[in-house]
Amino acid sequence: MIGGIDIVTLVAALMAASTPVLLAATGELVAEKAGVLNLGVEGMMILGAVAGFATAVTTGSPVLGFLGGALAGAVLAGLFALLTQFLLSNQTATGLALTLFGLGLSALFGKGFEGVRPPPTPKLDFGPLSDLPVLGPILFHHDWIVYLSLLLVLATWAFLKFSRAGLVLRAVGENDDAAHALGYRVIAVRFAALAFGGALAGLGGAYLSLVRVPQWTEGMTAGAGWIALAIVVFASWKPERVLIGAYLFGGITALQLQLQAAGYAIPVHLLSMAPYVITVLVLVILSATHRHGAPAAPAALGRSFHASS
Amino acid sequence: MITLVKRPTPSRGWAFATPVLAVIATMIAGGALFAALGKDPIAAIKVIFWDPLLGPNAAYFRGQLLVKAGPLILIASGLAVGFRAGIWNIGAEGQYIMGALAGASVALAAYPAESHLLFPAMVIAGALGGWLWGMIPAVLKVFFGTSEILVSLMLVYVAQNFLAYAAFGPLKNPEGFGFPGSRNLQQYASAHNPELIAGTGMHWGVVAAFLAVIAIYVLMQRHILGFRIRVAGEAPRAARFAGVLPARLVMFCLGLSGALAGLAGLFEVAGPNGQITDSFNAGYGFTAIIVAFLGRLNALGILLAGLLMALTYIGGDMAQLMLGLPTAAIQVFQGMLLFFLLGFDLLTHYRFRLGRARA
Repeated sequence: MIGGIDIVTLVAALMAASTPVLLAATGELVAEKAGVLNLGVEGMMILGAVAGFATAVTTGSPVLGFLGGALAGAVLAGLFALLTQFLLSNQTATGLALTLFGLGLSALFGKGFEGVRPPPTPKLDFGPLSDLPVLGPILFHHDWIVYLSLLLVLATWAFLKFSRAGLVLRAVGENDDAAHALGYRVIAVRFAALAFGGALAGLGGAYLSLVRVPQWTEGMTAGAGWIALAIVVFASWKPERVLIGAYLFGGITALQLQLQAAGYAIPVHLLSMAPYVITVLVLVILSATHRHGAPAAPAALGRSFHASS
Repeated sequence: MITLVKRPTPSRGWAFATPVLAVIATMIAGGALFAALGKDPIAAIKVIFWDPLLGPNAAYFRGQLLVKAGPLILIASGLAVGFRAGIWNIGAEGQYIMGALAGASVALAAYPAESHLLFPAMVIAGALGGWLWGMIPAVLKVFFGTSEILVSLMLVYVAQNFLAYAAFGPLKNPEGFGFPGSRNLQQYASAHNPELIAGTGMHWGVVAAFLAVIAIYVLMQRHILGFRIRVAGEAPRAARFAGVLPARLVMFCLGLSGALAGLAGLFEVAGPNGQITDSFNAGYGFTAIIVAFLGRLNALGILLAGLLMALTYIGGDMAQLMLGLPTAAIQVFQGMLLFFLLGFDLLTHYRFRLGRARA
């Protein structure tokens, strides 16, 4: 206990608090590695949140709920892919449209689900491991999505670093024209990367509504999707650093909530600002140190690809 | 097989036709959405687009049109300048809040003194508040290379929390029986932004919106700065060779759009809304992005787009009352409009050709 804050509880809470953002950021990282900037993460997340919630409540199965959330995110990402890859629309504007559309659509679908409790997602049973002091609550006291998110980060890292398909994906993101000339299908690769990103954002949103809150309220993602975008920049487009960034952000959120609970005399609204202010600060520090270093962003990020031959 | 061929220059005809096409496509897709919600699509479209203008109670709604369109046009004309230069301020909602807070603070500090100077002082404070909030992403971008998209958006959430803090704390009405929210500025003669011509919805914010449209038109079409902004957006390398300083453009565009959004917030809080509450902002800052694109980032286009978007707001309210259509349906409708617009834009820049394109 330090100043009324229990460190073990804090670390355990941090992992759960980070999971939605970690999932969304990992998905966005893959899309950006393929050279597409999808600013619609917030929209895909919130649609995932409502779709996951609705599926879980109507079927009574949280697992189906998570699948539904991922599917909804992927479908919305497909719409983005259709516009940016086939109709060659501006990626920044289309991403914004996706967010506005997702927020509206989720509010529309969510009307009947306000004030409903979702079926609970149980914590995994590790037997005696969960009772270990310190390590027990931190490592062995979570639901399966937390472990899945860690696995997905690991898988993404390995995919991008070691697999041939990962190499093709990075090639498409670095130089689309060259990848096209080599016979790789730029549009197909980008479509797949976007769908993966959307599915993960939707899954993160479903985790928010099914486990974190757990409830459906309008606009409940409250900028988590945008923070996921910031984390990808923070991570310099490296999966292992996405993990650090997401946990750092989750730590701030968890700490801020515990400070509120511990009854410090700081107005609640000023404490709630903290995650956003700190995200800005981190972006500034990072951009300042990277200014003269090698640019880490994929070279073709945000550019439309149109094969002229 | 059909292939796409890039046009040497964007088609002027399609540039005018695509917004119209997008509106028609949105009506069709929106009608399908309303039908899926169990409402008569034709009736819904009529209630949204026809009744507020020419229906039985149109006189009342026509006034509302300017009230809603004013802030949208004011914010969108600022945003459009930045978007033309490839500078993406998407935090207008935050700048709107901060402008309203700054302007209302001036009024509440002066309460209950009456003076003709108070309202102009509030206007200046509102513009400054929005300008300052817009300058944060600008300065960070210029000095550290931080993405203005992410910073300006993060600042929306900061502004929202700050608004809640102010509404529950420093700006709370001391005679408000413990309810959150400030004093009502509509009951404070010197600070009130009244309807200038009864029944029209015309207030100083609408006047400012029209002035902004004219100013932006002159700036973009007739002024060297507007030319530089366009070059910087369309050909950044050429702009650099021509001696355009990107840092100055970033500061100018974000500062201008921030100040205009701040003004919109001030006029809203001193006029139609009247009161600082934790949820007084109605999402104008985000809808204005749609307005800017629908108006093709062009001053006169924005004027029309703002009126059309205001119509969907009012029509949406009416459809909610008369047909029980959820408010969120209108948000979806507006989002769809932006999608169709961006999709149809293909026709402006490319044309279709049958058969394989020859290299």
